[in-house]
Amino acid sequence: MAEGLATTHEHAAHPALQHHFENMEQQREAGTLGMWVFLVTEIMFFGGMFLAYTLYRYQFPAAFVSASNHLDITLGAINTAVLIVSSFTMAMAVYSTQIGRQRATILCLILTMILGATFLGIKAVEYRDKYNDHLIPGRLIPSRRFGPEIAKPGETDKHKLHLVEGATVQNVELFYWIYFAMTGMHALHMIIGLGIMLVLLIMAWRGRFSPEYHAPVEISGLYWHFVDIIWIFLFPLLYLLGRHLEGHGG
Amino acid sequence: MSEHIVQPRVYIVIFLALMVGTTLTVVAAFYDFPGPLNAVVALTIAVIKATLVVLYFMHVRYSGRLVWLVIVAALLWLAIMFAITFSDYWTRAWQPPF
Repeated sequence: MAEGLATTHEHAAHPALQHHFENMEQQREAGTLGMWVFLVTEIMFFGGMFLAYTLYRYQFPAAFVSASNHLDITLGAINTAVLIVSSFTMAMAVYSTQIGRQRATILCLILTMILGATFLGIKAVEYRDKYNDHLIPGRLIPSRRFGPEIAKPGETDKHKLHLVEGATVQNVELFYWIYFAMTGMHALHMIIGLGIMLVLLIMAWRGRFSPEYHAPVEISGLYWHFVDIIWIFLFPLLYLLGRHLEGHGG
Repeated sequence: MSEHIVQPRVYIVIFLALMVGTTLTVVAAFYDFPGPLNAVVALTIAVIKATLVVLYFMHVRYSGRLVWLVIVAALLWLAIMFAITFSDYWTRAWQPPF
């Protein structure tokens, strides 16, 4: 750093302040803005998949209803609640660093990680059910191609696929491509989120955060809440729409 | 502008609102609303929930204008992507007027 500039930073020399920022305040706001710009790219990325979903739901409503109704609404709802609780504990982690409580921060981060892992565990159970019902699309698993058993009229076996009038198995498969692409990308974001939480946990453990410097927690929180928002839309779109038609047709 | 610290009671209220919203959307899904209203109800609840998360959990309500600008720009571009794509698919089955 040049000699002349050094004097301007003398009184505000927080060890975490980077030399290209005037003060901690400016540094924090720049970080938040940068994170939002990244989240915009994420919105557009998931937006493309939401567009594909909307388009094919519009074109093949009957097949989408049939496929939607095969998903486990209980597990989906539980997972929604788990993610909302995890967003709350994440928000509390941010609050704890803001008021400088290290132990509370560590506790909140651990809780958030446990909830995130719970979500992934339940998701894995759902994926296993889809595997058992031969609903993995295409030849993603070569030994188990897409080929669900179709329920006859009046049958109630929930492992079989119940087609409403006008639905074809091919278009149900299309739904499952979209289902696995969207929930899979979402789960990948959760796994990355867990990695970020682990880094935060280590940083908190080492006492890196303080009321003056906690930008990493704040910014990671934005990411975690964003992933929660994606699920807030995925749950009704994938699991709920068409539920009121359950049992109609055959 | 110094950092605004959102108090835990705000977080708790928002958390409860999100849980109520989730319950409502599940219950509403089994009602047979007329026409496309099922989708409208489900999406309205989802948008309200997402807005609560953005404003309070993500502190946007207390953020500077630049953050607002970035978010509005994102939603605008998202709307453009949907609008232009659907202007194609929606009108494909239309008969030419002459």
